[in-house]
Amino acid sequence: MRIEGAGLIDRDRRLNFRFDGRSYEGLAGDTLASALLANDVRLVGRSFKYHRPRGILTAGSEEPNALVTLGSGAAQEPNLRAPALELFEGMEARSQNRWPSLQRDLLAINDLAAPFLGAGFYYKTFMWPKSFWERGYEPLIRRAAGLGALSGQHNRDVYEKAFAHCDLLVIGAGPAGLISALTAARAGADVILVDEDVRTGGRLNAETHEIDGMPGREWAEEITNELLETGNARVMTRTTVTGAHDQGTYGALEKLPPDVAARAGAPLETFWRIVARRAVLATGAIERPVAFANNDRPGVMTASAVRAYVNRWRVATGRNVAVFGNSDDAHRTAADLIAAGVHVSALVDSRHHARTGLDVPFYPGGQVCNTDGRHGLEAITIATAAGTEKLQAECLAVSGGWNPAVHLSCHLNARPVWKPDIAAFVPADGAVPGMWPAGACRGEFSTRACLVDGIGAAVDALKDLGRRAPHMDVPRAEDAPCGLAPLWHVPGKGRAWLDFQNDVTVKDVRQAAMENFRSVEHMKRYTTQGMAPDQGKNSNIGALAVLADATGRGIPETGTTTFRPPYVPVSIAALGAGAQGQGFAPQRLTTSDKASRRRGAPMIEVGLWYRPSYFPAPGETHWRQACDREVRLVREAVGIADVSTLGKIDIQGPDAGRFLDFVYTNTFSTLKPGRVRYGLMLREDGHVMDDGTTARLGDQHYLMTTTTAAAGEVMRHLEFVHQGLLPDCDVRFVSVTEQWAQFAVAGPKSRDLLNEVLDHTIDGQTWPFMACGPVRVGGIEGRLFRISFSGEHAYELAVPARYGESLFRDLVSRAEGMGGGPYGMEALNVMRLEKGFITHAEIHGRTTAFDIGMERMVSPNKDCIGKAAAERPGLTDPEREQLVGLKPVGAVKMLIAGAHLFDKNASAVRENDQGYITSVGFSPTFGHFLGLGFLRNGRARHGEVVRMVDHLGEVETLCEVQAPVQFDPEGGRTRD
Amino acid sequence: MRITCPVCGERDRREFHYKGDAVALNRPDPDAGDAAWDDYIHTRDNPAGETRDLWYHETGCAAWIVVTRNTVSHEVLDTRLASDVVRGAGKRGGGVRK
Amino acid sequence: MRFSGLRVIKEGLTGNRGWTPHWRDATPKDAYDVVIIGGGGHGLATAYYLARNHGITNVAVLEKGYLGGGNVGRNTTIVRANYFLPGNSEFYSHSLKLWEGLEQDLNYNVMHSQRGQIALFHNDAQRDAAIRRGNAIRNQGDDADLLTPDDLRRVLPYLDYEQTRFPIYGGLLQRRAGTARHDAVAWGFARGASDRGVDLIQNCEVTGIDIDAGKVRGVQTTRGAIRAGKVAIVVAGRSSQVAAMAGMRLPIESHVLQAFVTEGLKPCIDHVVSFGMGHFYISQSDKGGLVFGGDLDFHASYAARGNLPMAEHVMEAGMTLMPMIGKAKLLRSWGGIMDMTPDGSPIIDRTDVDGLYFNGGWCYGGFKAVPGSGYSMAHLVATGRHHEPAARFRLDRFLTGRGLMDEEGTGAQHNLH
Repeated sequence: MRIEGAGLIDRDRRLNFRFDGRSYEGLAGDTLASALLANDVRLVGRSFKYHRPRGILTAGSEEPNALVTLGSGAAQEPNLRAPALELFEGMEARSQNRWPSLQRDLLAINDLAAPFLGAGFYYKTFMWPKSFWERGYEPLIRRAAGLGALSGQHNRDVYEKAFAHCDLLVIGAGPAGLISALTAARAGADVILVDEDVRTGGRLNAETHEIDGMPGREWAEEITNELLETGNARVMTRTTVTGAHDQGTYGALEKLPPDVAARAGAPLETFWRIVARRAVLATGAIERPVAFANNDRPGVMTASAVRAYVNRWRVATGRNVAVFGNSDDAHRTAADLIAAGVHVSALVDSRHHARTGLDVPFYPGGQVCNTDGRHGLEAITIATAAGTEKLQAECLAVSGGWNPAVHLSCHLNARPVWKPDIAAFVPADGAVPGMWPAGACRGEFSTRACLVDGIGAAVDALKDLGRRAPHMDVPRAEDAPCGLAPLWHVPGKGRAWLDFQNDVTVKDVRQAAMENFRSVEHMKRYTTQGMAPDQGKNSNIGALAVLADATGRGIPETGTTTFRPPYVPVSIAALGAGAQGQGFAPQRLTTSDKASRRRGAPMIEVGLWYRPSYFPAPGETHWRQACDREVRLVREAVGIADVSTLGKIDIQGPDAGRFLDFVYTNTFSTLKPGRVRYGLMLREDGHVMDDGTTARLGDQHYLMTTTTAAAGEVMRHLEFVHQGLLPDCDVRFVSVTEQWAQFAVAGPKSRDLLNEVLDHTIDGQTWPFMACGPVRVGGIEGRLFRISFSGEHAYELAVPARYGESLFRDLVSRAEGMGGGPYGMEALNVMRLEKGFITHAEIHGRTTAFDIGMERMVSPNKDCIGKAAAERPGLTDPEREQLVGLKPVGAVKMLIAGAHLFDKNASAVRENDQGYITSVGFSPTFGHFLGLGFLRNGRARHGEVVRMVDHLGEVETLCEVQAPVQFDPEGGRTRD
Repeated sequence: MRITCPVCGERDRREFHYKGDAVALNRPDPDAGDAAWDDYIHTRDNPAGETRDLWYHETGCAAWIVVTRNTVSHEVLDTRLASDVVRGAGKRGGGVRK
Repeated sequence: MRFSGLRVIKEGLTGNRGWTPHWRDATPKDAYDVVIIGGGGHGLATAYYLARNHGITNVAVLEKGYLGGGNVGRNTTIVRANYFLPGNSEFYSHSLKLWEGLEQDLNYNVMHSQRGQIALFHNDAQRDAAIRRGNAIRNQGDDADLLTPDDLRRVLPYLDYEQTRFPIYGGLLQRRAGTARHDAVAWGFARGASDRGVDLIQNCEVTGIDIDAGKVRGVQTTRGAIRAGKVAIVVAGRSSQVAAMAGMRLPIESHVLQAFVTEGLKPCIDHVVSFGMGHFYISQSDKGGLVFGGDLDFHASYAARGNLPMAEHVMEAGMTLMPMIGKAKLLRSWGGIMDMTPDGSPIIDRTDVDGLYFNGGWCYGGFKAVPGSGYSMAHLVATGRHHEPAARFRLDRFLTGRGLMDEEGTGAQHNLH
């Protein structure tokens, strides 16, 4: 219920919201949790396994119980923590993991079956009968498990990613973080201060402490303003640092304010990569509960949360509140409640010597050992030396001490260090290079100690940055010791919860130890302790203490599990922002792209490029018709194809020839200027890397073409060979793939066509096969290569890319005037199959020059990359699969790429496998399918009939093995 | 992860392509024998600790860089141009800060 | 103790006070017939099958940390047999058959779920490669089916068939593929081995391997010297360090592979689905978390943790392929150390030292291999002969070039497989 007094809420701005279909009213400044509590809604969720009724435990992002779903349709977002949800007008929240309703949840029956559902029970049963796992047990388990649900619809919201850089990143804007940031900012450092809350101040917003005589929250505001005034500090609220990564890179998730995120086009969240030269970790601490029987009822809360709700949101978490703790913190809670006019029914302090000046029923040396209530806490049982006593309470504020939020300090694998005086772990020295922990996250719990530590961390970081630190006066603040006496578990009957979310109890941990899951990692994995959405933030240390006790070891010897990123869960949409739909990878378009699409050509992806599949003509109803036509028009007239996607690497320098001799298996230094040569490139392991033609444009100037797919790899390779193996070779490379548009002009009429567009005519004498050189096209300097991938008399004409589109249109329209036209990838593929030319379907990374019948291209007269390894016996074994051509000769007149080959009468099993088909196409030239493939000892088997089997398509046929090249094997048409 | 390119300065790991152990710079003679080649191409010291490996500043200056790194802590201790290492010279990019 | 539903009920009725350790924690003896270095999935499975298949029980498994703490406890739990090169085909086929009877064999529910794996392809070349792979799987006698885009729309309605950067051409389905509860596999083998008399010794780091006159004699450990007739190195992730104790250098480079899990969600992904244009694969655990992963971080590392670039790339792939997962929240990320070999395939072989055996190089395919690897390794250690399904996993294949199994076709660069 809401109480009087000034908190950080705006009583004039009422916000309507709904929870599980019921309407409520909250105030600006509320979280969903504070608003629910203000409306006396205590039951907000169900636990994972036993479906126990659960309420709000905390006031922060570590909340394990109060997980809700917001929104509906594509906007539905599950598993949101009510205490970390800023309330907004019209919020629609729903509870999760219950059916049919939160009040009446049928699976609550699990709670009655709890004796049979203890730690790891599922490893011991559900094994019979065998097939029942997938059909029966597993579907049931899956349906019962899980928390909230995804909508199943494509995401429609905007998320963003961004980079930021700074000298000092301060993580956490409590007293330590604020003073640290101010110290650094005053020194002129570029500072980023982040905090997950909607405002700076940290615990100061939830406490009644004063600093320098003013309320803590006002001091925080003042410091924040001063920070911003320096001009070199950025303050990012609603931003959680999620991970510490190498060399000062931090991930951070920023949630935009609901009103901003609601604007059209605005992101809901931005995932930041913050590169910080130094960092201060000021993440504070998280209060831990105590395990006692039925400590999970709605109304049992951490004491710090109770204080936060009272002081910050002016919400009493119950009409009568009991307080249970093991340090002076508990007394502070009682005091704040009394000051706010809330009835405190008991102050239970487990320390025997504790005293209090407060006017409350006081139980020194007492422990809460049980609770009552159904959907909410009604009473607690207090055990003292005098016996037990039952008391009415709607809320129990529990404090078991504080665990420093060391998580980020562990992300680089450092283990935290046990600090006995606070019975908690603190960051190890140097856990993250360049990061200094300060304040409560280092176990400094008083406000003054935090301030001193915050200044100290900033001074150290500044010194490390080579900056002079300004003089800082430590503000006046409370400096009370916490006087903690460890208390993990109150003995007694009944289940005492450790991990609320995953329903892990003290018994489970003890059973795990009994079953020899004594290592903390085993216990965690066996019981699922700490694997719930809070990742053990509330429970790990308590569970560790129970395990240590059960195994007779100390806590530090028992060790901890590892904290891993992210600190708070991050939506995949934020981490993967920008990639949805087309954003995943760049789209590379040729200069003829628009013209091709305008002609109705379906575009297909080739690497990152788009290339036309075929160019449909009127009346054609099937792609094969277009493909056949395009093959014929090239074979009979002239065809135009954009080949710009092939990698083009410009190579220059006095040693260019010598260099190419080393990267290619064959020789290029002897190539005459004005000539082109086909080259084969191996990886150093002796397998084929790539192939292509390289033209010698001048004495010291070559132009290499690579396949489309391997362009990047070849470029890296050339640079490596140069810089790493031949650094004294005087040669340089630059990729010019995108600088030149290049078109194949192929077919018997190609020269006639070229002579229409070139400024000077060419003839067979001056431009023989494999000639190259500069030409002028409409006054533009271009390059012409007489090379052929189709087996026809053909050229490739290159012009600077900005002229590509107009040249393509011009070539195509002239070709059409000559009975030709454009052709696409399908026709290109058929023609190369007819010629037996290979692509990456054949040079797929496992083939050698020997396999593809090019071993003679490996020059015996020189060393080259891959030569030594290619001579290994296993790479030249005649029994290897060798490139062959194939044609169907059985009843089925079809070949399937990917089908395997067997001897004619052999069954289609692995032991009989003789090879496989890599590429197929229907050849209109021959009137039947043609294929390329690899066959054991295939070169010796031309003429043999083998069996092709495609189990998947249930196709099989006989096919005849033949030479890879079928069309014009002598090459007369190309040379003509 | 950040790496200091000797040419461009400190850059995000995203700009680099990784190849492997810097042993790749010690290419054997063509006739060094199968064992030497097998060693060069396949066998690795693979230390859990300090190592030297090859990175290519692919979206930067195209330099191949020998990076001295710790494979356990990911600390970068030193970066040099591969061409300088091969020549025996030592133009240093320097370690990225601790 | 035999596990059963009845036992769970009986114990439940009597306060769960009767449970006993799943395995004995043994103190090292002076000598064993066989010492297995490494108490991960493969080492424990080797011990189990040595005892079960060969009656060799005077065996110690030495683990420097806790049992199952390596890659068997930090993977994405996928079990499949969809390789296409000889050597891999028969091995993973055998391993999958072992999985299919594992729970009954071990009397331990490892939750092996044959929910089907679908490998998507996105262009003609990938389709042809998928057909080749599918046929190789069928030739081996395992199951594979080609799914058309229409089939996929029925089975995986949540994929983005309209806007995704790389259109979905189809998928290769293996129905018998699926997932298993990774930790339980280690514990089940540990229990099975321990029950048969094998000594499982945790917190016992091997610091040296004793070799005399070309024969292995035992090991030095942080808990003293242990003599052994045979020693098996089964420490994928740390192979190079342990092999170095025997003077061996390996064709292995260690790399970090990240994996990711979201918060629990009601069932939404019923298969294992893998993307073909960038590494991304995903399944949903029985607890409800989406478990997914991608490619290596690509630089040699023993850190068992990754960095943001690959993590983001994986999420990006997820967003282009199945944008419905956008509002699922990444709960935890972690890393495993992969033994990457030059051809991406593993090693189960003798070494030049008499009595010393090596098992490693599992790249990131080690989890599904656990039963098969243990079975074949046990056979090798027990008989001195290679077990037929793993007979091609030789160390010398790189030297000779014979029998390379480079499924990715990326060549002898360790991190590219």
